[in-house]
Amino acid sequence: MATRSWASTNVKASLVSVIILALFLTGWHLAVGGTGPTTKMDPEYAKLMGITATQGKSAMPGPMDVAAKLWEHLRDPFYDRGTNDKGLGIQLAYSVARVALGYLLAVLVAIPVGFLIGMSPLMSRALDPFIQILKPISPLAWMPLALYTIKDSGISAIFVIFICSLWPMLLNTAFGVSSVRREWINVAKTLELGPARTAFRVILPAAAPTIFTGMRISIGIAWLVIVAAEMLVGGTGIGYFVWNEWNNLSITNVIIAILTIGVVGMILDQGMARLQRMVAYAD
Amino acid sequence: MSFQDPFNSRRALGHGGCSCGQHTSEAEHQLALSTDARMQRVVESAVVRALFPQDATRRAFLRAVGVSTATAAISQFLPLGSITDAFAQGAAPEKKDLKVGFIPITCATPIIMAHPMGFYSKQGLNVEVVKTAGWAVIRDKTMNKEYDAAHMLSPMPIAITLGVGSNPIPYVAPAIENINGQAITLSMKHKDKRDPKSWKGFKFAVPFDYSMHNYLLRYYLAEAGLDPDTDVQIRAVPPPEMVANLRADNIDGFLAPDPVNQRAVFDGVGFIHMLSREIWDGHPCCAFAASKAFVTEMPNTYAALLRGIIEATAFASKAENRKQIAEAIAPANYLNQPQVVVEQVLTGTFADGLGSIVKQPNRVDFDPFPWESFAVWIMTQMKRWGQIKGDVDYAAVAKQVFLATDAAKFMKEAGLPVPTSTTKTFSVMGKAFDPAKPEDYLKSFPIKRS
Repeated sequence: MATRSWASTNVKASLVSVIILALFLTGWHLAVGGTGPTTKMDPEYAKLMGITATQGKSAMPGPMDVAAKLWEHLRDPFYDRGTNDKGLGIQLAYSVARVALGYLLAVLVAIPVGFLIGMSPLMSRALDPFIQILKPISPLAWMPLALYTIKDSGISAIFVIFICSLWPMLLNTAFGVSSVRREWINVAKTLELGPARTAFRVILPAAAPTIFTGMRISIGIAWLVIVAAEMLVGGTGIGYFVWNEWNNLSITNVIIAILTIGVVGMILDQGMARLQRMVAYAD
Repeated sequence: MSFQDPFNSRRALGHGGCSCGQHTSEAEHQLALSTDARMQRVVESAVVRALFPQDATRRAFLRAVGVSTATAAISQFLPLGSITDAFAQGAAPEKKDLKVGFIPITCATPIIMAHPMGFYSKQGLNVEVVKTAGWAVIRDKTMNKEYDAAHMLSPMPIAITLGVGSNPIPYVAPAIENINGQAITLSMKHKDKRDPKSWKGFKFAVPFDYSMHNYLLRYYLAEAGLDPDTDVQIRAVPPPEMVANLRADNIDGFLAPDPVNQRAVFDGVGFIHMLSREIWDGHPCCAFAASKAFVTEMPNTYAALLRGIIEATAFASKAENRKQIAEAIAPANYLNQPQVVVEQVLTGTFADGLGSIVKQPNRVDFDPFPWESFAVWIMTQMKRWGQIKGDVDYAAVAKQVFLATDAAKFMKEAGLPVPTSTTKTFSVMGKAFDPAKPEDYLKSFPIKRS
């Protein structure tokens, strides 16, 4: 009985989602469909003008335009027509690779340091002011400094990802480690476990859910930041794609980029959520 | 950056810094000399080895007639000098794979088109032209050496050399990309306000602080009696964002590079108030720029690159080639603009946004010669608007940054007419400019910051 009502809620929810989507798409279609006022133009002159000017068509594309363009991209996601014109798939791969690299570096730093802070009240107090000051800095504010010191825009982008993924993981690890129950550590002491074994066999599993929460927050932020960073430095990546299409005032492509950014972000987040569930335990 | 006192009679000024007068410093002179000498030695020994396959015969010949007679005798039949020259021309570039940054605007036409139209590969270079997000980024990436050379606004290499807005690093501009080719575009709602005197309170956009656009707009406004710092707002906006901002009513107009102006017309959000050639016909806009270090460390690569770009510029200067160029540079890999927009810019037959078709073949033109007077004028405006302060050694900086002699050499090869002088006078909005008297020119303006 309980499962049936759960299932029916699920079905109902999907139904409502579909209705919302349909309403949104229809509204969008109607809103951009009409043509605005047009002035009479000499045909020679009209040939030199765009359709927004000649037919009064809205500069905003409709859902059908976006769908058609999206299909075009999906049919050939990995084309390479030169340095500045690559397929959507290649651009996404560049962005994901940058995020992965910066993020892994951040994991390598944040988890050991977080452990240290969590286990030692002294270090916790000593490092606290630095963390408090560095944490709220917008990652993009680091960009000019990174470009100036690292002297390589590719590495600078990875550095920006590193610095923005660092803090949530660091703080969550520290919090998770410091809030491991005293009793469990005492039991470990009674059983005469060494500090390394205590750390790996008792504290790490106990703090894992909190650590993974931090990692999940971080991957979300990293994905948010990469788009902005790539718009700034250019070259490759989905952020560059957005900038390049904006350059051509192609709102259709910008909308497609927004959609793909959302989908990839969701996949990354759900992946982390799955990992998080794997280490979860009932108290 | 400090310059030697130009009024000191015992000192040579900047450019004449070496014993032969062709190089900026004695060190550079030595470097050039040693490569020349090495080249000569290579050719000579190849010739002599061919004449005397047996070393004993060669030695006997030299002992018998003496070195100078031998050289004279051989050169009589074989012009060693011209062989050496021919060899130097084909000298292999030190580095074949280059990265050149550009901003997607039609000013960069020669730099961009040289890629799809094969001007780089003809020089044996494998150049990657990389689209870049903005002027500050292109500056930083060139200074980081991620790019070997780049498309810059012509005031930028001067600003970088002087250390204005960045660390001072010696930069050079061996070729101007385009002359003219900019325009003032206003929002459609101002189509009745064609007199600049009525523009008080307007918000304008220019692509960068150190740009001809900024200086020309300020000049134009000041001539109309408006103080560009207090009567209007001028902000730096990257070209791609200008049309979007004009549509959103955030700005009233801009003095921008093309295709931005034509794009605003194409999308029906603005009209072309005037072309920049009506302010100053023949003004420079963008330049091909590289660090001084690139030029001295890789002279052959630099020569090949510059030759490729100047040949492309010569090709672009012919009106009949413009349609073909528009087709080559409009795709997403380069400008990423509708071809009809790029074509209107390059051919000069365009819609003005107010319903008429204008035919102005000189809307944009391509002439690579970096007149030193251009640099002097730019510095007078930098000083006029407070970007640089104090004494400026106009002539020395101009000579150091705008490498007119290098451009002249390759222009001759490309079949372009080469000016005999590196300075000239010209007039901006009817007011004459004499590059020999920059300070007097500066003093003559009623509206200025210094």
